[in-house]
Amino acid sequence: MSAKTVDKIATGVIILFAGIIVLIMVGLLGFILVRGLGHISFDFLTSPPETIREGGGIGPQLFNSLFLLVLTLIITVPLGLGAGIYMSQYAKPGRVTDSIRLIVEVLSSFPSIVVGLFGLLVFVNTFGFGFSLFSGALALTVFNLPLMVRITEQGLASVPLAQKEASLALGLSKWKTIRSVMLPIALPVILTGTILAAGRVFGEAAALLFTAGMSSPRLDFTDWNPFSPMSPLNPFRPAETLAVHIWKVNSEGLAPDAPEIAAGASAVLILTVLLFNLLARFVGRQLQKKFTASR
Amino acid sequence: MKKSLMLVMTILLTVTLAACGQGSNNTASNTPDTSSNTGSTNNTANEAPEQTEELSGSILAVGSSALQPLVDEASKKFMDLNSKVSIQVQGGGSGTGLTQVSGGQADIGNSDVFAEEKLEAGPAAELVDHQVAVVAMAAVVNPAVGVDNLTKDQLVKIFTGEVKNWSEVGGADQAIQIVNRPSSSGTRATFEKYALGTKTEDLEGSIQEDSSGTVKKLVAETPGAIGYLALSYLDDSVKTVKYEGVEANEENVTNGSYLVWAYEHMYTKGEPTGAVKAFLDFMVSEAVHEDIVELGYIPISNMQVTRDVDGNITK
Amino acid sequence: MARSNDSRRVKQHIIEEWIGKILTSLCIVLLVVTIFSMVYFVATKGLSSFFKNGVSLAEMLGGTSWKPEGEPPMFGALPFIFGSFATSMLAALISAPLSICGALFMVEIMPKLGKKVLQPAIELLAGIPSVVYGFVGLSVIVPFYRNIFPGQGLGILAGASVLSVMILPTMTSIATDALRALPSGLKEGSYALGATRWQTLSRTVIPTTLPALMTGVVLGMARAFGEALAVQMVIGNAPHIPNSLFQSTSTLTSVITLSMGNTVMGTIQNNVLWTLALILLLMTFVFVFVVRWLERRAIR
Repeated sequence: MSAKTVDKIATGVIILFAGIIVLIMVGLLGFILVRGLGHISFDFLTSPPETIREGGGIGPQLFNSLFLLVLTLIITVPLGLGAGIYMSQYAKPGRVTDSIRLIVEVLSSFPSIVVGLFGLLVFVNTFGFGFSLFSGALALTVFNLPLMVRITEQGLASVPLAQKEASLALGLSKWKTIRSVMLPIALPVILTGTILAAGRVFGEAAALLFTAGMSSPRLDFTDWNPFSPMSPLNPFRPAETLAVHIWKVNSEGLAPDAPEIAAGASAVLILTVLLFNLLARFVGRQLQKKFTASR
Repeated sequence: MKKSLMLVMTILLTVTLAACGQGSNNTASNTPDTSSNTGSTNNTANEAPEQTEELSGSILAVGSSALQPLVDEASKKFMDLNSKVSIQVQGGGSGTGLTQVSGGQADIGNSDVFAEEKLEAGPAAELVDHQVAVVAMAAVVNPAVGVDNLTKDQLVKIFTGEVKNWSEVGGADQAIQIVNRPSSSGTRATFEKYALGTKTEDLEGSIQEDSSGTVKKLVAETPGAIGYLALSYLDDSVKTVKYEGVEANEENVTNGSYLVWAYEHMYTKGEPTGAVKAFLDFMVSEAVHEDIVELGYIPISNMQVTRDVDGNITK
Repeated sequence: MARSNDSRRVKQHIIEEWIGKILTSLCIVLLVVTIFSMVYFVATKGLSSFFKNGVSLAEMLGGTSWKPEGEPPMFGALPFIFGSFATSMLAALISAPLSICGALFMVEIMPKLGKKVLQPAIELLAGIPSVVYGFVGLSVIVPFYRNIFPGQGLGILAGASVLSVMILPTMTSIATDALRALPSGLKEGSYALGATRWQTLSRTVIPTTLPALMTGVVLGMARAFGEALAVQMVIGNAPHIPNSLFQSTSTLTSVITLSMGNTVMGTIQNNVLWTLALILLLMTFVFVFVVRWLERRAIR
């Protein structure tokens, strides 16, 4: 067999496998969307859920998911960036750094229910945050932080050494070099990581059952004072997210239209993740343009 | 500089938020105490919503996911009547509920089983039981199995693996597939205690699922499957079988002829006071009656028999 | 004048440097504290079943009989350890060729389409909640296997199938990163020598990136090892070592998820679940050790 034929066969196999991935993806997304799209309506997206009767919506849950994402990112991104910068730029390579890295990775693949129970005992009970969005965000931080650290490290490592050295040679401090030269270059990689981490926030259920809780108090969407208990912005109220709601409806749902609600909610969730991905990419591109053009 | 400033700000924010959290939580846990006096004097408040200054405080009820929909629904009604009370109902399982109430973190622990069956004697004695509803269970089979009555003996044989084919108990020639609950489940404990009368082991090849939705789906779709569900989950996708010739319905449960049922418990640590007491009274009042029925539970007031923790029945 | 200016600049320089160091060290300290409290927490809870409840380690690791509510209770966790390994390895086996070929396709064959469409789409998969994966598995994969193969459809293969899709994003994105990071000179050199694409890929690209590709595979496997909700829905959860790929069995995570909420903290039934979590933690450590080892080989 000539090298050309082998090449053709191999290319064919690669394309075939890539095709299988696409097929799985299309099949999976199609299955979820086809089952769910019919149930999505404005009313479904805005009205509160019903326990017994038909016609429950997912309004508060959708809002909770988004708000929890914001809260989690507020905590995770600065911490993750900081820790990642330290690991890649300041830490002296050696046993200690290595072992930190090791444990960080172990943590990110830990079963979520264990993190959930840890959150229940530590954040909810010991620290006294109660079943709240804030406890939920902290529990999710436990997952997301390792991912963010790893991604930041990777992003910074991808910055060409010459750029870093040029900046240092110009007399800029290391910190300034990292901030204004390296981070903008690493931004696309870091952004991808953040998006992946955000996906986990949307999709997590087991850890949130025990931290953010399974009930949503009545929300007053006219009250935007973050300290009043009915306000949707209060981070210390319990909140059921979309993924938790899907879990609840799927496993113990009693409403006659429970399967449709679960299907609709799944479709909404995926569309939200999609929208978020697109938005984050768009913002990332704009940010990078701004950074690289002005400096 | 901007970025590091942001960083400092966020950390500061987190810390202040954390501080606020502690603060708000303290006040929340204090209010039931201060309201306990006013609350107990106004016990009938739930029937007279115009006495608005009465109850306040926050109640945290944690536990059984089976009981959660009912408590959730009742709490909404209760909060409509008592606007100053806020009630949180969380799931997590009976074990979590009992842990949290016995540790004092939750005001009410929802449970499918008697606390004595899960907790050690010491902590269990501190808890006060409030039985709010009765839940009955029925064995369900895949519709193609062709069986509509099973005796206790047959059920025991099926769940211990002695009988492996439906033809041995008068059904189609189809291998039996058990869809069980995990051994820690309260539903399974009830089923074993009152339907089988014996504990069973997890057989090789049997399926264990904890959620009623999954059990129903599996029984409906798997050929030759048998499982058990609370009455509220029964529908046409699965076939409900009679137990010893007795149909699983509300009437047979209340008059004591159908035995596979259990209480739904709401435990408090010590006698409840204030808003918690009012809410627990509300749970068994007429106002929640129709919700209980609609959710497939049986109101405690309808029961003509009672049962204690050891299973002794009195009329 | 000039000198004071200079010294001010130097001072500012030093201050800036310190701000950076302090801020980032603060983050890392927080991270380490979180991690250690987590490990400490799981370890104390997990070890108490040995020290307080007197469960024997040999029974735990070697026993095949799991009856926590039985008389006497038995705690043989071997079926779960077996189940975890079998499911996650099988999942990695299914997912590895798919993701590596997918990454090759996205980087080497159609880079534009890959970067613009495929990669975002695959990352979308990471955002689907595990409940939904489990539900799709239960509605599509399980009936499919049930109709084709003997058995109930639930079991190791159903679990592995669901997991393989779940870990696809992780593995693909790591593989893609590794392939992109390859210096283009290496490839161009090979092409310039007249090598075909496959020759370039098989003799240059894959051998150089192999350790990084393996890192992706092992990390994906670790992820599969820890996944709970989706697996629990499709694996059947019988505490026995199965004799076929289509017989109900359990993993460490599925047992933990099933029973954790039903048991009361501090009781022996609850403590043994934490012991399972501890075993899981140690296993994950082993996985990550393997990753590190592979990476060190990659650097060399």
